[in-house]
Amino acid sequence: MKARQGAAIVEARGVSKRFAKTTDIAGKAARYIFGTHTADQGVQALDRVDLSVNEGELLGLVGESGCGKSTFGRIVAGILPPSEGAIMYRGRDMTELDRSEAKKAKLAIQMIFQDAFSSLNPRMRVGEIVGEAAAYHQIVQREVLDDYVVQLFRRVGLDPADKDRYPHQFSGGQRQRIGIARALAVKPEFLVCDEAVSALDVSIQAQILNLFLKLREEFQLTYLFISHDLGVVRHLSDRVAIMYLGRIVETAATDQLFVSPHHPYTQALIEQVPRLDARRQAFAPLKGELPSPLDPPTGCHFHPRCPLAIERCKREVPPFRKVAQGHWSACIRDG
Amino acid sequence: MADEHVLRVENLQTHFFTRAGVARAVDGVSFAIRAGSVLGLVGESGSGKSVTGNSIVGLVDPPGRIVGGRILFHGEDLIKSSPARMRALRGFRIAMILQDPMMTLNPVLRIETQMVEAVQAHENVSSAEARRRACDALGRVGIPKPSERLDAFPHEFSGGMRQRVCIAIALLHNPELIIADEPTTALDVTIQAQILSEMQTLCADNGTALLWITHDLAVVAGLADSIAVMYAGKIVEHGPTDQMIDSPRHPYTRGLIDSVPSRAAPGDPLRQIPGMTPSLLSLPDGCAFRLRCSRAIADCVREPAVGQFGTAHMVRCIRPLDPATGGGVA
Repeated sequence: MKARQGAAIVEARGVSKRFAKTTDIAGKAARYIFGTHTADQGVQALDRVDLSVNEGELLGLVGESGCGKSTFGRIVAGILPPSEGAIMYRGRDMTELDRSEAKKAKLAIQMIFQDAFSSLNPRMRVGEIVGEAAAYHQIVQREVLDDYVVQLFRRVGLDPADKDRYPHQFSGGQRQRIGIARALAVKPEFLVCDEAVSALDVSIQAQILNLFLKLREEFQLTYLFISHDLGVVRHLSDRVAIMYLGRIVETAATDQLFVSPHHPYTQALIEQVPRLDARRQAFAPLKGELPSPLDPPTGCHFHPRCPLAIERCKREVPPFRKVAQGHWSACIRDG
Repeated sequence: MADEHVLRVENLQTHFFTRAGVARAVDGVSFAIRAGSVLGLVGESGSGKSVTGNSIVGLVDPPGRIVGGRILFHGEDLIKSSPARMRALRGFRIAMILQDPMMTLNPVLRIETQMVEAVQAHENVSSAEARRRACDALGRVGIPKPSERLDAFPHEFSGGMRQRVCIAIALLHNPELIIADEPTTALDVTIQAQILSEMQTLCADNGTALLWITHDLAVVAGLADSIAVMYAGKIVEHGPTDQMIDSPRHPYTRGLIDSVPSRAAPGDPLRQIPGMTPSLLSLPDGCAFRLRCSRAIADCVREPAVGQFGTAHMVRCIRPLDPATGGGVA
C-alpha cells in the first residue's frame, strides 16, 4: 500500500464527552425544599481522547457497542460538541474559526451513517436530496445543478434515470450510495463513515467498500472509518485505533496492529473474529461483558476482563505510550 | 431402516401469496441433520433462509403457506401435524433462537415467570422444581448468579445476556433440534465468541442437532459440520464445511467467499458480485443467479440440474467450478 502521510487534517485533543441527565423541575423543587443533593448521573462516553487523522490517510476506529466510537465520529463531524478538549481542523481549533472559515471546515468534513434510510428524507426525491446542500451552499450554480447531480450519481454507481424516485424505492446498498453521493456533493476533504457497511449483505458490502476505495483515489479523500468489523477495517485502513469504554487503548499501522497487537484487548479481539480459514474454531472467549459506562471500572477500564491484569491495573490509569515506531498502546505492563 | 437423521427436509416449498404475485420464498429445499451435528444455512437477505427455519417450526404467517414437500422430524411429517401436536413439540423437542431476544422475551414479565411458564407448558412439575431447572439452565449458558438474575426483567440485561437467556429457555427441555436464526448477528465480537463457544459445547455434550441460519460464512466456517448456501429460495450448493470453503463449486458460493474482506490483499478492490439479489416476484428463468454470474452461458436459462461431487457435495449449476484449475471465477 502506498504510504500517504500528510499533515494532520483533523486532530482531537483531549476530547471528552459526558452525557448528563439534567435535573428536571421536580428534582429542582425537591432540592429547593428538602435541600437534598442528587448527584448528577452521567455517562462518560469519551475520556480524554487524543487522535489525529493525517491528510490522505484512512484511519479505522474499532470498538464494541457502547465504547464511544460513534460519539467520537459525531464530535469530529461537528454534530455534537465535545464536553472538554478541542477538535483541530488543519491545526486550528474549530470553535475559534470565524463564521465563514467555520462553515468551510464543516462542509469539508462530511458524515456517512449506518442506516441510510433514516438519514434520507422519505418525502424528497433522491436527486433533490443529493443536490440540496450543493445548491444551498452555492457550490454549483442552479442552472447546472441537474448535470452536477447526474455526474455524482454516475460516480457512486447509481443510474441517473432514477433521480426522481423516492428513497423507499431503493435497496439498502443503493440507499447507502445515495448517502455517499449526498456527502460528496459539497466537495468534502474528509469523510466520517460510521458503520457505513454494517447493515449490508456481504456481496453488497463488498461493492460499497470498493466504492470507498475508488472515491478515495478520485477525490483525494481522507477517511475516519468507524466499524466493529475487524475484517473490514483491516482491509481498508492504513492505520487502526482501538477503543475501549471511552479510551483509545492502541493505535498502530494496520499490518503492525494485526501481526503484533500489543494491548490484551486488541489481542483478544483479533483472536475472536470468526474466520473463513478456521475450522471447528475453538473459541476462547474473553470473560464478562463490556462494563456499563455509567459505572466504569477504576484504573484500566479493561482490567476486570483482562487475563493479564495485576493489582496495579485496578488503581492506575495506564498512560498511552509509544511501544514501537508509530505504535502506541495503553497498558501498565509495558512500563 | 431407521433414519439416523433428527431432521430431514425434503423438497420444501413455502410460497407467499401477495397481491403483487406469488413469491416462492422457499422453492424445493432439501437437507438433513444428524444428532450432534451442525448445519450452517447461509444466504443473503431475501434468500429464504429464515422462512426455511420458520417453516420447520410451523411459524409461517399468511400470506405465506407451505405448499409442498415434507419436514420429517424423527420420521414424523411436521407439515401434516396438527397445531396441537406442533405446540407440544415446539419449545420442547424443537427449540428456536431468534436474532432479536427482545422478540422472544416479554418485556413486562420477570425472567423467572417466563422460564417457569416454559417448563410447565410441557412438563407437569411443581413451580419450585421449574424454578430450579430455570436456574440450572441460566447457569449452563454462563449467566453469573442465576438465582438472583431470575428475578430480573429483560431490560435489566445487556444484549448478550438477553440472548443467553433466550438460549437458556431453548435448552430447558434438552431439545433434540435447535433452530438458530442469526442469533449472534446483533452481538459484539467478544460476546459472539462466547455464545459460539457455548453452543459448540452444548451441542456436542447433549447430542443436539443444530440448524444455524446466518448471512455470515465466517461464523459457520468455524462452527458447522456442513454448509448449505441458499439463493433466491433454492439451495445452490451444499457440502462439508471444508469442501465448501476451500473448493466451492457454485460461482455464487465462490463470490460470497471472495466478498469477505479478510480474503483479499489489504487495499485491493474486493472481488465483488455485481448487481443485487433479485426480487422473488420476478425471478429470471432457469438459474436465478445467471444475471450476476460471470460464467453464465446461454444454456443457463434452463433450470440447472443438481450435480453431485462425491457423496455429500451437491451443486445446482450447469458450469460448476473445477477446484483443480484453481476454482477461480473465469
